[in-house]
Amino acid sequence: MRLSRARLLRRILFYLLITIILIYTLFPFYWAVVSSLKSGSALFEAHPLPIDPAWSNYTAVFQEQPFGRNILNSILVSTATVALSLLLAVTAAYAFGRISFRGRLPLLLTFLGVSMFPQVAVLSGMFELIRTLGLYNNLLGLVVSYMIITLPFTVWVLTIFMRELPKELEEAALVDGATHWQVITHIFLPLMGPALVSTGLLAFITAWNEFLFALTFTLTGEMRTVPVAIALISGASAYELPWGRIMAASVIVTVPLVLLVLVFQRKIVAGLTAGAVKG
Amino acid sequence: MGPLARRRARAAWWFLLPSLTVLLLIAGWPLLRTIGFSLTDAYLGDLENYSFVGLDNFILLSQDPFWWQSVQNTLFFTVASVALELVLGLTIALILNVALPGRGVMRAAVLIPWAIPTIVSARMWQWMYNDLYGVFNQMLMGVGVIAEPIAWTADPALSLWAVVAVDVWKTTPFVALLALAALQLVPRELYEAARVDGVHPVKIFFRITLPLIMPALLVAMVFRMLDALRIFDLIYILTSGSPSTMSMSVYARRHLVEFQDVGYGSAASTFLFALVALITATVLTLGRAHLTREVRQ
Repeated sequence: MRLSRARLLRRILFYLLITIILIYTLFPFYWAVVSSLKSGSALFEAHPLPIDPAWSNYTAVFQEQPFGRNILNSILVSTATVALSLLLAVTAAYAFGRISFRGRLPLLLTFLGVSMFPQVAVLSGMFELIRTLGLYNNLLGLVVSYMIITLPFTVWVLTIFMRELPKELEEAALVDGATHWQVITHIFLPLMGPALVSTGLLAFITAWNEFLFALTFTLTGEMRTVPVAIALISGASAYELPWGRIMAASVIVTVPLVLLVLVFQRKIVAGLTAGAVKG
Repeated sequence: MGPLARRRARAAWWFLLPSLTVLLLIAGWPLLRTIGFSLTDAYLGDLENYSFVGLDNFILLSQDPFWWQSVQNTLFFTVASVALELVLGLTIALILNVALPGRGVMRAAVLIPWAIPTIVSARMWQWMYNDLYGVFNQMLMGVGVIAEPIAWTADPALSLWAVVAVDVWKTTPFVALLALAALQLVPRELYEAARVDGVHPVKIFFRITLPLIMPALLVAMVFRMLDALRIFDLIYILTSGSPSTMSMSVYARRHLVEFQDVGYGSAASTFLFALVALITATVLTLGRAHLTREVRQ
């Protein structure tokens, strides 16, 4: 009897902890949603629920700035960045993961090093490069600059996934006279599906969230990506930010990411841990 | 090395060529140019005409108290946020590691702060921190803990902690998931054996669990540290670059873009790069044995 009471107490304590964690992680979202549904003076009172839900903030986001266009920009840039990174990374990861050659380790560490260095360290050089290529205030300029962030880690994560496939896979095919290219396209690509999804998702989220390059290499409202658009929403004066609208915009971009996380959480976690724990 | 192995080694270089070329063009070249610009008086409006000024920019940089303030801010932010994230992340991982119904939901819930753009989390917290209408001040005043609203992001004594709090909220999930993955690799039998021997749970944690997950925690720590050293987005939004929170990245970009002083801004960038490179090199050298073993299988 006493034992079960102690156990019950532990249970309660445990679930209390879980509740605290959940509140901690989710409250800011809850507050953003609630605030986005308040308009006028209701926004300035801390009611836990929108008494009179209003959608005006959501329509205003699209009317006051080209937010639809900004979302499209983000989708285009992120998708192109992912496609290009994966294309380049698969062949590099094959070399790193399946072939032993001199200089492999230093080279792999160089790739890893690039993914760690601060973006601001290349800012002026990248600015010059993008201007020279005629890509300033152009979405292609963003894709080019994002490769510096996504390519090294896609190579790294895919290399680790590649290494885990059994060694016999390509041996037989190579002995039978298949080319490396055939080995990649016919043997590895079909097996790499899950790994590509994991890595692609991570690269997509990274590109979708990038701010510094997008802020620096675009000029006009039409060319902005979502993070820049949200960062630059302003009101009548610097001291009167339209919080309802900012929260509405934040909710709009958060919802697809939440869905992505709910659907693909296993894949995302697999990619994250492959890149870090096993590294 | 037989002919087959040699042919394979040659093929490897061909497969690496595209990625290497891209990285040289978009990482190597801009990096060299930035270091080059740091020795000139280049101006953003006209990047073609500039003259060599030697180390003048670095001398000016070393004389600017705001620069040293931002170096100090960055280091403080890095140590405080990474330490908190490791402790909190490990705690959450230990809780999630206990089999419980709805672990998937929990995992998704902790993943969400990680997945959203930093800009969005900065905006959400900025609104909660708002001194007049923010939910924090209204709640604290409602309960009577404080009489006057607190200027979370404007008060120099609090603002850096306010930034740390948002970063901890956003990034703890990353650490928790890495720690959880490592925890799940610890063989169950070890726990069983220790429990049969009557070892105290706290002792089990420090003697068995922690040493086994230490490598994973160290990797997470290094990733987080290097990430924290380049912090930009959060501070740019939350405190719009007031000196009491300005980071090295914010300082460098302000001079580069807003003041258009490419030479001086590049000097600040180069300093940050050198610092990160130094730390990375140290870590890689220390961790090389471990890495080498892993990569060579």
